[in-house]
Amino acid sequence: MLEFYRQMVLIRRFEEKAGQLYGLGLIGGFCHLYIGQEAVAVGIQSALKPGKDSVITGYRDHGHMLAYGIDPNVIMAELTGREAGISRGKGGSMHMFSVEHKFFGGHGIVGAQVSLGAGLGFAHKYNGDGGVCVAYFGDGAANQGQVYESFNMAELWKLPIIFVIENNQYAMGTSVNRSSAEDQLYRRGESFRIPGIQVNGMDVLAVRGATEEALKWVQGGNGPILLEMKTYRYRGHSMSDPAKYRSREEVQAMRDKSDPIEGVKAYLAAQGVGEDELKKIDQDIRKIVSEAADFAETSPEPDMAELYTDVLVEQY
Amino acid sequence: MGIAIKMPALSPTMEEGTLAKWLVKEGDDVRSGDILAEIETDKATMEFEAVDEGKIGKIMIAEGTEGVKVGTVIAEMAGEGGEEAAPAPKAAAPAKAEAAPEAPKKPVAVKATVADPSLPAGTEYVKTTVREALRDAMAEEMRSDERVFVIGEEVAEYQGAYKVTQGLLDEFGAKRVIDTPITEYGFAGIGTGAAMGGLRPIVEFMTFNFAMQAIDHIINSAAKTNYMSGGQMRCPIVFRGPNGAASRVGAQHSQNYAPWYAAVPGLIVIAPYDAADAKGLLKAAIRSQDPVVFLENELLYGRSFDVPKVDDYILPIGKARIMRSGSDVTLVSYSIGVGLALEAAETLAAEGIDAEVIDLRTLRPLDTATVLESLKKTNRLVVVEEGWPTCSIASEIAAVVMEQGFDDLDAPVLRVTNEDVPLPYAANLEKAALIDAARVVAAAKKVCYK
Ligand SMILES: Cc1ncc(C[n+]2csc(CCOP(=O)(O)OP(=O)(O)O)c2C)c(N)n1
Ligand SMILES: [Mg+2]
Repeated sequence: MLEFYRQMVLIRRFEEKAGQLYGLGLIGGFCHLYIGQEAVAVGIQSALKPGKDSVITGYRDHGHMLAYGIDPNVIMAELTGREAGISRGKGGSMHMFSVEHKFFGGHGIVGAQVSLGAGLGFAHKYNGDGGVCVAYFGDGAANQGQVYESFNMAELWKLPIIFVIENNQYAMGTSVNRSSAEDQLYRRGESFRIPGIQVNGMDVLAVRGATEEALKWVQGGNGPILLEMKTYRYRGHSMSDPAKYRSREEVQAMRDKSDPIEGVKAYLAAQGVGEDELKKIDQDIRKIVSEAADFAETSPEPDMAELYTDVLVEQY
Repeated sequence: MGIAIKMPALSPTMEEGTLAKWLVKEGDDVRSGDILAEIETDKATMEFEAVDEGKIGKIMIAEGTEGVKVGTVIAEMAGEGGEEAAPAPKAAAPAKAEAAPEAPKKPVAVKATVADPSLPAGTEYVKTTVREALRDAMAEEMRSDERVFVIGEEVAEYQGAYKVTQGLLDEFGAKRVIDTPITEYGFAGIGTGAAMGGLRPIVEFMTFNFAMQAIDHIINSAAKTNYMSGGQMRCPIVFRGPNGAASRVGAQHSQNYAPWYAAVPGLIVIAPYDAADAKGLLKAAIRSQDPVVFLENELLYGRSFDVPKVDDYILPIGKARIMRSGSDVTLVSYSIGVGLALEAAETLAAEGIDAEVIDLRTLRPLDTATVLESLKKTNRLVVVEEGWPTCSIASEIAAVVMEQGFDDLDAPVLRVTNEDVPLPYAANLEKAALIDAARVVAAAKKVCYK
């Protein structure tokens, strides 16, 4: 539980720092923060076997990478577009990958990761490696057609994949009930016979528990399962979103009543974990994050020759 | 003292023509840009424009006269107030037009194609952003045609992801300004079907990168139906949104699709640069009976330009625009590249190179006549395109020029395009990958051998 706390605080502080660096002009383009949704990635990733199970998500990807134990320095350096970044500065916030960790991105096109995830599941099955793919996508992405094409094939071929809808209630400025005829998203697999579970995505233990169940189902050869994680993003969609589509009170109420980190804190306190222990973790995290920021600011930009590398693998 | 108006050469092969019709009579006051006459050449009937202001004195060749040699004086014009009208900067007609040696040399501008509608004298101009111009175009067309509606992601309540549809929901209501789920393939299909069903949809893609999800409907459904149905089934739809690189948004969000769509018969493809063109061409696109892909540019949305304050400002599709006239080299571009070409032209002017800048505006059908005519004058051509080099609009222009303007070329056509790589995120690499005015200047000098 302390580890959950540590990871969630790491994500939150990391994202706050990223927000600051964006404000300073050190990060450009789109930058989508994960603040508020930490329990989802942390709870799910904790149940996976690193190096065996694969993960894929959209552009709101910093949290998933941190939860997968990827070095904050190289993530932050990617955000600032530096040589030391995980994509050598060529991908940016939305396009980060770590094949070593079986983290397959980081995709900018809404919905694409769902079919790609089904493909990763297909590869697990084909190779018989016992791995499961977790494909994360948003409530907005859940309306893309390719999601349902993938659902059908995943069930038809009993692919080992967990579809995770991170329902943070908004897709940019569009709330779920303005975009979805069936707004109970865990039911979206029904006509494909894919079972779905709705989970409190603000509660890391509930997330962890549901993931274990889901893994059991998928590893038992039953095909895919769908987890709808009810969660919330505190910040705007990206850095430039004025977020006029919801009230301040709504956001504040979420923070006050359902904050995933506060939830873990309360749990730990009840278990008799002292404030000091948490303070110590907080301090460590602050250090890690400020070091990551320093690293990301001081690392050199990519060499100009990098412009032409990695377009193709082979020479022709 | 009179100014001689001479029979113009309106095509490269024209030696004589028929003076089909006079549109002015003796004693008329004309202004530069007025159509004086219709002239039939070996290929087509064309309009002949006045360059100078003044009063038509004497008409020497009656209408209906055939076989009028190029350069023959067809009328005389009296300069105003006894003063010689200022000579026009350049005669577009080649040497042959000045064949009659005894006549005082007076340059005559000719236009082989119909010009943009000339605006009445004293037209007021209003500084308008490209964003507002696009919105105004949609609002005006929605006011005048009940069938026009806007559909797309965040177009209504959010007022547009880039605020292009700002205010439309308030004015036209939720029936005509429609927020969709994130389902490009689906709503592009719904728009296309609605067009087939008699409506006039404007489908906004948040950016054209996302239209990749929908490209099947744009091409297989919208572009080909009229042809496949033997002309029965029309598809008057506009697909619009920002295209090309924005700023630091990485490879998946930074691509110019102009050459993709421009390759497809059955589509109209428009990519304006300034606000006036954005407005006039979007209005034309909405009224067109054909499916139109209308490519905007996010980096231009906030730039202000003069837009004429007239009731119904509409421009012809398929006509390029000469943004700056010059004699040494032609810079052909579209969309954001036009700004860079104009910037480059300023730099070149300071170095003694007089560049002509052409904004293609419509990419399909391409106004090759304007490009070739300019080439005839400058003999050197550079294409400026914010996009990849391979199979680009620049490649197409180079091919056209090689096929149809080969004899006019004094140097190979050069392409100034982005680097041939997915767009990188890092600031230094992104800058290196994208075109800039300095690269245009270098290419222009190269074709001028300077
Ligand atoms: C195909 C496609 N359409 C549109 C977009 C623009 N866009 C980026 S994120 C987003 C909202 C997605 O919302 P959701 O799936 O709920 O994920 P969240 O941002 O809430 O994590 C949109 C419309 C895109 N990137 N790709
Ligand atoms: Mg969402």
